[in-house]
Amino acid sequence: MSNIPYILEERPDTGLNNSKLGIWIFLASEVMLFGGLFSAYIFLRLAAPEGDFEYWGSKLNIPMATFNTLILITSSVTMVMSWASLKLQQFDKYKMYLGITILCGLAFLFVKYFEYTSKFEHHIYPSSSTFMGIYFTLTGLHVLHIIGGVLVLIFFWSSQANKMWEDNEALLANRIEVVGLYWHFVDLVWIFLFPILYLL
Amino acid sequence: MSNESKENIEHHIKVYINVFIALAILTIVTVAVSYLDVSFIEAFFIAITVATIKGSLVLAYFMHLISERQAIIWVLVFTFIAFLILIFLPLISVTDSTGIY
Repeated sequence: MSNIPYILEERPDTGLNNSKLGIWIFLASEVMLFGGLFSAYIFLRLAAPEGDFEYWGSKLNIPMATFNTLILITSSVTMVMSWASLKLQQFDKYKMYLGITILCGLAFLFVKYFEYTSKFEHHIYPSSSTFMGIYFTLTGLHVLHIIGGVLVLIFFWSSQANKMWEDNEALLANRIEVVGLYWHFVDLVWIFLFPILYLL
Repeated sequence: MSNESKENIEHHIKVYINVFIALAILTIVTVAVSYLDVSFIEAFFIAITVATIKGSLVLAYFMHLISERQAIIWVLVFTFIAFLILIFLPLISVTDSTGIY
């Protein structure tokens, strides 16, 4: 690890450490990934028969999605609080806030599982309509991001974090800042997915 | 954001709580507005505006863009331009082809 330069210290030219610049460039590529699918959504909607998207969209569960939105917002604030706790040298609080973030992520997945299965029970599948095709694609990709994020968060909640905290406090704080940026991005994507898919 | 004093971090925590409250209120507002009897264009404009405000709050405060280095701002500016091209370039082709019919 120590052979890789500028992991914690700032590079003189960018004024940033490479970890942070790296995650931002990754997030930029993620913007283009979701941007392509948002673009697809616009075109499918423009080409769809009048009222088609509204009809299929009305089959989605708005209260459940609203609840999920509030869960993700909560997870975002607990994520940033876990980072702030590390900066304040409060490792126990860090563990608590990160634990809540993980629980929020799992709760989001549970609600989404419930939403998906209730659609399948009513014989609504991605193949049922254009709207459902793009709905399952967009939300499915988002769910994959949540699963990936939760797995990484669990790693940083495990005993590995205790070891990292003992060995190098600044390194753990840096890792949590970087993971946090990813987690907030996933929240950001949902902030746009929610009104576009459920409310319009 | 890497080297902050304790006082600064404590101030940030207060800001995080306020942003959280604002995001929760805006979520309720978005859902409430969707039940109003307005045209699609109006509903679309309101929903996207509220989502943009919420997204900006997350970017500025949770992701610390408000106090971030120029290098990241430039990465995002170029990404945003590329994103707009991705969204609007095909739209030009749609409006162009309407003349055929």
